[in-house]
Amino acid sequence: MNIPKELRYSKNHEWVRVEGEKVIVGIDDYAQSQLGDVVFVELPEIGSIVTCGDSFSVVESVKAVSDIYAPVSGEIIEVNEVLGDTPECINEDPYGQGWIVVIQLKDASEVNNLMDSAAYQTMLEEGENS
Amino acid sequence: MTLVQKTPLYETHVKYGGRMVEFGGWSLPVQYTGIKEEHQGVRNKAGLFDVSHMGEVFVKGPDSIAFLQKLVTNDVSRLLKNQVQYTPMCYMDGGTVDDLLIYKLAEEEYLLVINAANIQKDLEWMIANSKDYHVELINASDQTAQLALQGPLSECILEKLTNAPLSELNYYWFIPEVILADKKVLLSRTGYTGEDGFEIYCHPDDVGHIWEALMEVGKPLGLLPAGLGCRDTLRFEACFPLYGHELSADISPLEAGLTPFIKLDKGCFNGKDVLKEQKESGVSRKIVGFVLTERGVARAQYPVLLDGVPIGIVTTGSYSPTLDKNLGLGLIKAEHSKLGQKLEIEIRGKKVSGEIIAKPFYKRGGK
Repeated sequence: MNIPKELRYSKNHEWVRVEGEKVIVGIDDYAQSQLGDVVFVELPEIGSIVTCGDSFSVVESVKAVSDIYAPVSGEIIEVNEVLGDTPECINEDPYGQGWIVVIQLKDASEVNNLMDSAAYQTMLEEGENS
Repeated sequence: MTLVQKTPLYETHVKYGGRMVEFGGWSLPVQYTGIKEEHQGVRNKAGLFDVSHMGEVFVKGPDSIAFLQKLVTNDVSRLLKNQVQYTPMCYMDGGTVDDLLIYKLAEEEYLLVINAANIQKDLEWMIANSKDYHVELINASDQTAQLALQGPLSECILEKLTNAPLSELNYYWFIPEVILADKKVLLSRTGYTGEDGFEIYCHPDDVGHIWEALMEVGKPLGLLPAGLGCRDTLRFEACFPLYGHELSADISPLEAGLTPFIKLDKGCFNGKDVLKEQKESGVSRKIVGFVLTERGVARAQYPVLLDGVPIGIVTTGSYSPTLDKNLGLGLIKAEHSKLGQKLEIEIRGKKVSGEIIAKPFYKRGGK
């Protein structure tokens, strides 16, 4: 499982890359592998306001429909339009081309509530053993 | 509370990296490497499925044919020894109990292959219907394992492990006793994928050995272990009905478009009066195929609308790996069922446009 050290993670398996007052959000390697072949991504409207824990996007694989939850609160300022034609980017490059949205943070300190890679790795391992 | 059952191949699936899920009370792999890869593998080369969860019931006795003629909608009297027949089985009201395969083993002996989730219900229905007939019903589901080897290279793979005359075995025929990888099996040229292929019925103790033998000779040719996920997308593209989706106690086989398998001229059978009426006056609902012309994936139970007004529901919807489109099957009002009809699917509160297209979505080339 690829868990880049420089990212932060939510318990719902979203990753966050912090860039100043903005964060780039996607789903992580664990989530994409659990979902299987992604065939459709429903993107939110630019300008929509999300609250941490809200479902803001839906990712569908051949067999599963999965809600994606906002890991932080703020405004959606960019969406990855590329996923419209090539949703498989989420499987092939979940931390790169498979990014989903950019959120302008409402409160920059909120990212501190997310797990770092070590804590996330521990959570995954505990999940497997339970 | 029913426990999740394991097929004799459970450990094998885990060893091959299968992602185990519950399906109809059974723990089975939804995929090994990926649904799309396994799907294309079956279309282009070959895939091996564990379908040991399916139910097997033997019907024996002097009234076998009379009993089966009453039980199912197809004409079992047309079946020759070593031939297989697909048929719906109906309630008196024309709703569907199950759809099944009938193997004619002898004049007074038949094997019925039924859906895993319906085994108990089917048996009760069969027993209730057998009262006036001199027949014996034997549920052999627990003593029978089943593999499906599907795809254009199936014959080429199978012939490495048996001397049986495979090239002479036509579609929907079987050989009752074949030695395959030193084990005794029943082998039929049947399947649920829209490709050429075989189904192998064997003793549960032998299925692990047969699986490994097939993988060993098949792997160099591209054989992949294939899960339930692609079994569903493959049958969906071929527009084979799945019980609980395109067929149910509430959906008649005529509504599902299974007209060739309903023989109204064969004499009395369960559901005949209702089916005859539906055939003569036309069904009020019909299973149709559609393509989404806007982005989105239709899923079972989503509403089908016409100008915003509900006209039916999606019975199966999926991305189609072979056609690279989002397709669906839906049960809708018959008056709106013509080809080219525009409709909408309601997906999470939003209307997504679609259009009715011809079934099946996929048909294999060649013989």
